[in-house]
Amino acid sequence: MSLVFDLVLCLMILGTAAASLLMRSALGGIVFFIAFGNLLGIAWLSLGAVNVALAEIAIGAGVTGILLILAHARLSAMGDPVECEPTSPWMRAAVAVICGGLIVLLSVAVLSISPTDRMGAQIATLMPALGIENPVTGVLLAFRAYDTLLETFVLLGALVAVWAIAPPGGWPQRPASLAIATPVSLTVIGTFSRVLLPASLVMAAYLVWTGSDLPGGAFQGGTVLAGGILVAALGGAIALPRADDMRLRSVLVLGPAMFLGIGLGGIALGRFLSYPVGLEKALIVAIEYALALSIGATLALLVAGKPVPPAAVQEGGD
Amino acid sequence: MTGLEYAIAGLLFMGVFFYAAGSLGLLRFPDSASRLHALTKADNVGLGLVALAVALHWGSVAVAAKIAIVWLFAIFTAGATAQVLGQSSKDETDPRP
Repeated sequence: MSLVFDLVLCLMILGTAAASLLMRSALGGIVFFIAFGNLLGIAWLSLGAVNVALAEIAIGAGVTGILLILAHARLSAMGDPVECEPTSPWMRAAVAVICGGLIVLLSVAVLSISPTDRMGAQIATLMPALGIENPVTGVLLAFRAYDTLLETFVLLGALVAVWAIAPPGGWPQRPASLAIATPVSLTVIGTFSRVLLPASLVMAAYLVWTGSDLPGGAFQGGTVLAGGILVAALGGAIALPRADDMRLRSVLVLGPAMFLGIGLGGIALGRFLSYPVGLEKALIVAIEYALALSIGATLALLVAGKPVPPAAVQEGGD
Repeated sequence: MTGLEYAIAGLLFMGVFFYAAGSLGLLRFPDSASRLHALTKADNVGLGLVALAVALHWGSVAVAAKIAIVWLFAIFTAGATAQVLGQSSKDETDPRP
């Protein structure tokens, strides 16, 4: 892409980042953070990293943005002061030192990668053995499967942490209803949410399937699925399940458990997380689909928040 | 530049014009309803023109079909979101059901 476009994009990214940090209003800061995430996604796209761009826009801007907006709304509803208190100069100096140190470390790490690094070529020679063509999926599910496996358990752990703060009487009930439409059948959002849910399922399945050879994959597909579930819950088309629903729990652990199970099976072949020859693609696609289901359900429930006592379900719909 | 490139540039220019008009309306209009009106109507036209320009640029039916689907979803989402926002702003200003 042209130099002018890249320069304008860089300026907009720095501008939205600064605005997000410096805004006095917390909600304004969140809005600029979402704009920042979307622009960052365009920057990744401009660098040719479509996988990263999809993940940044879907998770970095989309899901994180919703989480921040809901956190703001819930804090406001509790009467807590959400607006930023002026921080002490010492605190600011400490944050500046830590962030500056991190930037220096990251810069050193990035600059230490030699321009003649052979990693890309190495992966290209190993890819045909996997039977898939998207090198990012190859790295995530085969060459560095360890990282991805741990990530999926971290996501599950985050949901357990949210469930752990359920108020007395809340466990193991449903999260507060997200529905904003009553009566549901008569409203635009109700109909829209019913149309969007199956469409998001198809889109998620497509993203996971195409992730073997083209940009896409379990995290991107899972986020689209989570979006569909959340819009359906907003429109009142579906009710969020109870936390002790065994079907729900099976879906939540399906992806990580299958990944771990297949990985342990690899020990029989000589190494943890190795795939039997000839079955690589089949197993990788199976893990990706299971992961997408689990990630979709987990992200949706993370946004929905902690289980609450049944009486609060009706009124907690903000 | 060929005639097609002029057409693409013209469509992009018009698209950006409608986006700018929508953003101007968002900033300048007095109440929520008219601000929503500016955002949803003008931005949808802007998106349609930009999508048309992108489809012409790629010159492939498969890409054009994908862009058409994206455009449709964006329009449905904008319409549904505008309805929700309009309803909630009406509830705030007018407490009667």
